[in-house]
Amino acid sequence: MSDELYDELILDHFESPYHRGQLESPSCTHTERNPLCGDRVELQLQVDSERRIQQAYFDGEGCAISQAAASILCEHIEGKTMEEIEGFGASEMLDLLRVRLTATRQRCGLLGFKALKTLVYSDDDTAGTSS
Amino acid sequence: METIRNDFPILGQPLADGTPLVYLDSASSAQKPRVVIDALSECYETYYANAHRGVYQFGVKIDEAVEGARERIARMIGAERPEEVIFTSGTTMSINLVAQAWGRSQLSEGDEVLVNEMEHHANLVPWQQVTRQTGATLRHLPLTEDGRLDLDCLDECIGSQTRLVAVTGMSNVLGTINPIERLTEAARAVGAVVLVDGAQSVPHAAVDVSNPQVDFLAFSGHKLYGPSGVGVLYGRREWLEQMDPFLCGGNMISEVGMTESTWAELPAKFEAGTLPVAQAIALGTAVDYVNDVGFDEIGRIEQALLAEAQQRLSEIPDLLIHGPSVEHKGAIVSFSDQRVHPHDMAELLKRKGVAVRAGHHCTMLLHSRLGVVATTRASFAPYNDSSDIDVLVDGIKYARKTLRRD
Ligand SMILES: Cc1ncc(COP(=O)(O)O)c(C=O)c1O
Repeated sequence: MSDELYDELILDHFESPYHRGQLESPSCTHTERNPLCGDRVELQLQVDSERRIQQAYFDGEGCAISQAAASILCEHIEGKTMEEIEGFGASEMLDLLRVRLTATRQRCGLLGFKALKTLVYSDDDTAGTSS
Repeated sequence: METIRNDFPILGQPLADGTPLVYLDSASSAQKPRVVIDALSECYETYYANAHRGVYQFGVKIDEAVEGARERIARMIGAERPEEVIFTSGTTMSINLVAQAWGRSQLSEGDEVLVNEMEHHANLVPWQQVTRQTGATLRHLPLTEDGRLDLDCLDECIGSQTRLVAVTGMSNVLGTINPIERLTEAARAVGAVVLVDGAQSVPHAAVDVSNPQVDFLAFSGHKLYGPSGVGVLYGRREWLEQMDPFLCGGNMISEVGMTESTWAELPAKFEAGTLPVAQAIALGTAVDYVNDVGFDEIGRIEQALLAEAQQRLSEIPDLLIHGPSVEHKGAIVSFSDQRVHPHDMAELLKRKGVAVRAGHHCTMLLHSRLGVVATTRASFAPYNDSSDIDVLVDGIKYARKTLRRD
């Protein structure tokens, strides 16, 4: 039986994440944290000269929602250009998760997304290796 | 036990989906017995007025009720006089009051305030602030591996430079009960004052501010089965008389001139503005309730629940309980489930009607020390029983199963 929050998609990504780990030489990385519950998501992108995301990896720890969402995000954004990502909104991200999240849980579900947005809107190629 | 549970209306009501409530978050805030709820409505329905202002009938009655509550609170904690009991908004305000009203005038460069890493932010950040403001130094008494104060380091950490020792009676995460007597002895030997954060300890065991003698005791009404919005600062009269006010405004003055004013007598000097009148009165009722149940009985029930919870949870593989063994602590069990993150745990336990808390519980320093950002905390009160522990344990198994981690 599928759980209303921890459904198959979330659990599959939580159990066997897509691209969890460290890129060897990412073009840019950014870490977002949720200090209250201790979730951490570090997003790393390999972006080519056309500003297309070749590879997206994440690393971190936290609740199932934050980690699964980061994995789903990485899978979704690979192959897209940074321009395309500019039009990618929070509600679309939440739709990708396919489960309804309460306001508190949305913060977990959007952690990787926040890191992505920081990278998109920070200074192009020089985007920080901030943590 | 059934009778204690029956005193709390909220515990008899199923949640929206029909699940019974298993309330294991009393360390955060306790539920309210019927008598406290009634005291609040009786006040509002039959004699409510502002305190200290009205000459009309209700005005007199309300003052008597507030002062009656103050007297009963004073008696409960062994204060010599009722005016040593100051009504505040809670522990946080009580400690800030001392940090500013005592600390600003008493501390200077070279002085030390002794705290430790298990303190709630409410008994840590005000001391960081006032030591920074006065040039004094904040020092930490180390903790032992199992989360107790390391008394072997006491002599080294306390000396003639120590002016104040701020310590919690009971940790809100580890449950550790601190040896207040030992600390007051050490403090007295060097002329330092002692402030006890009684937010957790006062609801669980009888306290007597004269034995061991403490200078300040802070606690909150809402954790003592009373209303939110009211709390207490007990201060020894000598100190309260010497200290300048913390907040200034109505009720706390004697004479107001164009540029200067003089202060009212205790306790008004520290009760600026309109008091939480009904809450203070109902806190008096909560004190009566606790006295009726009796601290012996409260301690007996809670220690039995603690021992059982600790035992049952320790039988679950990959689950780490933080803090010392049961003989050194009160009825709080904080744990890290190596398989389920606290946020998921609290969410999944919620489905079973279990209210626990996940997070850092306002103790970031302690959590860094434990090496985790968040823990899951179950805390017990005399209205809990063994069946609550059954639901908790089943809930943990359910959480693991849901996350395919069993
Ligand atoms: C040990 C301790 N100190 C202080 C506080 C703060 O109490 P309040 O929020 O009622 O001021 C709490 C409450 O969580 C606590 O557990």
